[in-house]
Amino acid sequence: MTPHLAQAAAQSTSIGQPNTVAMAFFFVFIAITLGITYWAARRTRTTEHFYAAGRSISAGQNGFALAGDYMSAASFLGIAGLVSTTGFDGLIYSTGWLVGWPVVLFLIAEPLRNLGKYTFADVVASRLKQTPVRLAALLGTLSTVIFYLIAQMVGAGTLIKLMFGLSYETAVAIVGAAMIAYVLFGGMIATTWVQIVKAGLLMGGAGVLALLVLVKFGMNPITLFAAASAKYGSAMLAPGKLVSNPLDTISLGMALMFGTAGLPHILMRFYTVKDARAARTSVFYATGLIGFFYLLTFVLGFGAMVLVGPDAIKAIDKGGNMAAPLLAEYLGGTPFLGFIAAVAFATILAVVAGLTLSGAAALSHDLWTSVVRGGKARPGEELRVARVATFALGVVAVLLGITFKGQNVAFMVSLAFAIAASANFPALVLSIFWRRCTTQGAVASMVAGTLGTLVLIYLSPVIQVDILKHTGAWFPLKNPAVITIPASFLIGIVVSLLTSDVGALQQHEGSVREMIEGARAH
Amino acid sequence: MISAYHELAARRWRVAIILTIAVIIIYFGFIALIAYRKEMMGSLITPGLSVGILLGALVIVSSWLLTWYYVWWANSRYDERLAELKRQGE
Repeated sequence: MTPHLAQAAAQSTSIGQPNTVAMAFFFVFIAITLGITYWAARRTRTTEHFYAAGRSISAGQNGFALAGDYMSAASFLGIAGLVSTTGFDGLIYSTGWLVGWPVVLFLIAEPLRNLGKYTFADVVASRLKQTPVRLAALLGTLSTVIFYLIAQMVGAGTLIKLMFGLSYETAVAIVGAAMIAYVLFGGMIATTWVQIVKAGLLMGGAGVLALLVLVKFGMNPITLFAAASAKYGSAMLAPGKLVSNPLDTISLGMALMFGTAGLPHILMRFYTVKDARAARTSVFYATGLIGFFYLLTFVLGFGAMVLVGPDAIKAIDKGGNMAAPLLAEYLGGTPFLGFIAAVAFATILAVVAGLTLSGAAALSHDLWTSVVRGGKARPGEELRVARVATFALGVVAVLLGITFKGQNVAFMVSLAFAIAASANFPALVLSIFWRRCTTQGAVASMVAGTLGTLVLIYLSPVIQVDILKHTGAWFPLKNPAVITIPASFLIGIVVSLLTSDVGALQQHEGSVREMIEGARAH
Repeated sequence: MISAYHELAARRWRVAIILTIAVIIIYFGFIALIAYRKEMMGSLITPGLSVGILLGALVIVSSWLLTWYYVWWANSRYDERLAELKRQGE
């Protein structure tokens, strides 16, 4: 097909009109996942079932679920869109989001599984004083979860509006209702299986799409890249305008790499398997799946660039987020577009469910049981609080999704990663690996990490120039991670050295043994 | 008894930190090349394959290899020693 015809085909896209195939696939997905939820609800009797699926998930299942929790709309729609409109620059995200996984594996997964019960605050608090640590961790968890939720809700609303012709508000409300149903009734068991189904659909959908692209280029990705560079210039294969400020690029890289190891909904997954060995093996599977998916995004992005064209993609959505759906329509017509749209929707729905569950766990386990009840909640009470928290978070997510309509999704996600990397990751590492870490040090690190990141983001050009329309910004970087991650480590170390925590030191011996042996009976 | 656990914990910590530093060097090396050596990253190895794209794919492949190495080490060496310690402890 000549470029001319390709452009014409893209312009006559059915995106924006109700798509029956998309609706049908979507309702099948909802029906299957609600079926899973019904099945899971009958197995969710205790708090341990609700938060940790009764520690019954296998390493392979958890690998898929981790991949499902991690590959959000930003991965699928965002990276494909970025590559299709900017070429090489999009790959900074593909690689950055993958290299976080080895860090999770080497530093976090096993100690987390052995020292904690339901949330990452369990680990930080295991040797330190409960109340201050849990309150500080709650601040970091809720900030991360809420910004991440907003991003997913805004993405879902926009996507459904384009694909199904529903209004933005209706779309956000539907996502909210389905997510509340999964988490409220099915807890971690339902959420895990929703992630597994979604990961399978996403890998399958992206795989078929990439295969259809490669068939047109003699099954050779290099031929595809060559076609892109012949059509839009060799600059597409080199770093471009997205990396105009080197320090900004490094800062973004740090947020992506260390943020993964601080995401509450990812960390929570390590409690669903039976031991540290299964936790470790599940990260191995997840890294394989996610890496393969990101390699596919190279093909999808450049495929959309060559076959659909950057202008046609930007005409539908300025951010380029519709590149993958447009590519599907070009290659497989309206039915395939419908299928890919339903996959993208399922992707968002599953991520939102995982996020809500981790937020609810922080509210009920860390705030209610550990702080309000001093660690001794009545039987069944924590579970009831978790369900109330799930419902409340779901409603808040819907309201925020509607309030933040039109915001840039990728920016919100990078914000969530910056908070996770600065608020949660340093305190986790210090409390696990450093004997001298004190309660005051960990709390200072988490509070400063959260607030510092929020303040610097407010002062950055993204808020000051792009949103508030001021002429300049006090802080020059779009992403503050290059400052806030080292600062959060430094504050944790300095405050720990200035204070003493006798309890923490006394418990260190036992803690080391527990960390490798998993001695605590669950 | 505790000292044997300490020794094993320290060994895992050493392996973990070395591998973490390896990932950091690989990824930030890639990012630094993007930030400061744009022309080099854009130069073509064959038509269609720039140095940057090749290195990007290699970052993903090397992440796989490092996770594979760690899981292999931990599932064999580390777990064996841990099982030994647990037997002695009983």
